Amino acid sequence: MCSGGDSNILAQRIPAEAATPIARLRGITKRFPNVVANDAVDLDLFPGEVHALLGENGAGKSTLMKVLYGFYSSDDGSVCIDGEEVRISSPLDARKLGIGMVFQVFTLIPAMTVAENIALYAPELPWTFDARSIGKAIGELGERYGLRVDPCAAIRDLPIGDQQKVEVLKLLVGQARILIFDEATRALAPHEIAGLFEIFDMLKNDGYAIVFITHKMREVLACADRITVMKRGRVAGTMDGTNATEEALVELMFGGSVPEQVSTSRVDVPGETILELQGVSTHAQGMGVGLSDVNLLIGAGEIVGVAGVSGNGQRELADVILGLAPCSRGTRRILGADATGWSAGRIRATGVSFVPEDPLGMGVVPWMTLTQNAALGDIEKYSRHAGLSIDWDHVQTDITASFAQLSFEPLEPWMPVRTFSGGQLQRAVLSRELGRNPRLFVASYPTRGLDVRSAIAARRVLAELRDRGGGVLLISEDLDELCRLSDRLLVLREGRIVGEFLPNEIDLLKVGHLMTDSRGTDE
Amino acid sequence: MSRPWEALARILKKGWSIAVARYAMILVIAFVAYAVVLLLAGKDPIQAYADTFSFALGTSYGFSEVLVRMIPLLLTAVAVALPSRLGLINVGGEGQLYMGAWLATWGAITFTGLPQLVFIPVLIILGFVGGGCWGAIAGFLRARGWVNETITTLLMNYVAPLLVGYSVYGMWRSREIGSAAFPQTVAFPDAARLPRFFGTRVHLGLILGIVALLAFWFVMTRTKWGLKMRAIGGNPEAARRLGVRLGLYIVVVMFVAGGIAGLAGMAEVTALHGRLRAGFSPGYGFMGFLISWLAGGSPLGILVMAFVLAIVFSGGTLLQITQGVPFSAINVLMAIILFVVLVNPRFSLGALKRVLVGRGRQR
Repeated sequence: MCSGGDSNILAQRIPAEAATPIARLRGITKRFPNVVANDAVDLDLFPGEVHALLGENGAGKSTLMKVLYGFYSSDDGSVCIDGEEVRISSPLDARKLGIGMVFQVFTLIPAMTVAENIALYAPELPWTFDARSIGKAIGELGERYGLRVDPCAAIRDLPIGDQQKVEVLKLLVGQARILIFDEATRALAPHEIAGLFEIFDMLKNDGYAIVFITHKMREVLACADRITVMKRGRVAGTMDGTNATEEALVELMFGGSVPEQVSTSRVDVPGETILELQGVSTHAQGMGVGLSDVNLLIGAGEIVGVAGVSGNGQRELADVILGLAPCSRGTRRILGADATGWSAGRIRATGVSFVPEDPLGMGVVPWMTLTQNAALGDIEKYSRHAGLSIDWDHVQTDITASFAQLSFEPLEPWMPVRTFSGGQLQRAVLSRELGRNPRLFVASYPTRGLDVRSAIAARRVLAELRDRGGGVLLISEDLDELCRLSDRLLVLREGRIVGEFLPNEIDLLKVGHLMTDSRGTDE
Repeated sequence: MSRPWEALARILKKGWSIAVARYAMILVIAFVAYAVVLLLAGKDPIQAYADTFSFALGTSYGFSEVLVRMIPLLLTAVAVALPSRLGLINVGGEGQLYMGAWLATWGAITFTGLPQLVFIPVLIILGFVGGGCWGAIAGFLRARGWVNETITTLLMNYVAPLLVGYSVYGMWRSREIGSAAFPQTVAFPDAARLPRFFGTRVHLGLILGIVALLAFWFVMTRTKWGLKMRAIGGNPEAARRLGVRLGLYIVVVMFVAGGIAGLAGMAEVTALHGRLRAGFSPGYGFMGFLISWLAGGSPLGILVMAFVLAIVFSGGTLLQITQGVPFSAINVLMAIILFVVLVNPRFSLGALKRVLVGRGRQR
């Protein structure tokens, strides 16, 4: 639609191209055992620009930026900052050169205040430091870039969006000029993402260079001035933000073979009730949130979506259903039977499967092989001679069959699962869990951290299970995914269900405000 | 970079050779350090080592004594290795050993009329249950999430010998003429003595130890319980989610482990001493921990390491006589070995590798 303006826009940008890049990466190569994460990658970062790095998981985006940040040392290639070749061998070197990075998992200390966290990061912390002067710097910067946070508030009391702001402030106080954001929008609600992009705008107007790593196309199109698409450790292409289109980016990312999306083909009326929670409450464990008075019904042939900012009782909800946490009040019924007091093993035996939020940490034994992990899914089924031996051939055929049924590429059965990539691991867990033909499937963030292709495969599998008459509880923070798959969408906040939507009445902004307990101004 | 270095590096890359290299390195460092200690004490270390090995491996009497020493080491090492597969650290072998001996003693001096064929199984069960309950207490506290098992097993090590002491100074003290001066029980009836073999002091405990080791290997590698236990050790969070009853396994495994250590105590008192004495164990339980650590919990490693330490141990007795080195000097050697073991293997091997091959690669 803007084909006529292309040449003009390009012409306008030429001065910026001609300007010296603040950072110039040339021929960066980083090898890990068995994989080349970056293969001779060139990249230029300019002041006053948001540069998006787009690509599937494992494309090498994060690795490239971690090389720039001194987290990894590259095997080959050079880095120039302000035209001078530099050697960055540690994050400390990077910080001295004005490079700062916000990681996927925030690196703040929850028990300390905002000012203390920022002081910790300051380049030269004096022997005794004046919290007030740091507070003042925070105030000034916050005012200028719309990063308002109370310097005296403890991090653990701040919502995730504000913690993100603290991470940015930390870099600014530390005098970074190149700001790298690794999957920065992962935990944010829609209006918080919009807020972050406004901050990007203000920062780049003051000459900061921003790198934004993501695999979400929509966000890239919303904020980037320049887009570099990475594919299998190489740069697949660089585009200008203003003339990039979704089609063009997809073409670059997948080279024409775009995986098809799942269509929602809902079975008309949910069948018999599979799971019913009546007025269930739990005690809060540690840093978590207890559920209070949760009523939930999942029928056969239904996907019930749960939206919410993570840490609002999602894990507890899944745990209660799986029998890992006791109900302090209320009842749990599975297939009509009162299952309030059942153990996790008994609930699993009735045909309840799960995908945990962290498959490596909660779903598998990392150093065991795929086959061994598959056997763990149903030990009783595979044990022979009263448990004195295990029928490994049977395990092997079952898991192979399951992979085939889900049309996943088979994986090496004798490799420890910790050697798998995130997508492979998720496919392994899905195969094990769905191979049991579950009646109820509790999926916690099943596509988190997956590349586009693996995510689509996982979604397709959930829809297939639904179509075969299984009940699915889909806990996710990806609203697009929830809208696409859910037959009913619930919103969870602080352990309560605060909203319920049918697919045709979902209003993303409304969901977002319910998630974060903020009133929408436009209501 | 010359070729031999590359070849050596290639060998070092293989898992088993790393393990062998590691064991060898540990022992070499420990023996050299101990030699220095002996030198400082004015003894001849080479003579001492020669004496030790020629006695232990060169004479049939010496060899049989090594096997006798090996029995409690084998059992207490299994008692550490088994829970370690679940990620549990059982430092309580010593306490469990004492409690096994304690309960077996109760049986031995209570059911005095039993024939040997019945008596021995009864004593084995009592020894197992005694140590097992002691271990299960720690397991229960851990399973309920109250107290860490490392702390409880360690502290209970101090309670069990006191309980034994209380019994032998008090209610069970022998009134026999001639032995009443010592804190010990009456002699057990002959039917309550574990059988010995070939006219040596090697007793039934050796078979118990080997059986325990084989059973440990079989259960861990072949059975569904082994699979579940390895899952718990590998990732308790995942195991719990897959329906494994973590609490039950922790209690049962601590019971079995305690029981195996208890067997060691039972065998010591019924086969060797023939009565219960205060402080009868020279720290076998702790030694078992050391062996399990040295062996990395592997059954074959336990067998080898128990044998090596048994040589060292019986050497200690010998050196006391031939060179006048106090027996407690063995503790110095043990401590040195432990110290070397605790050095992170990656660190030490990494250092070795760097020395051998790293130089050439650095830019």
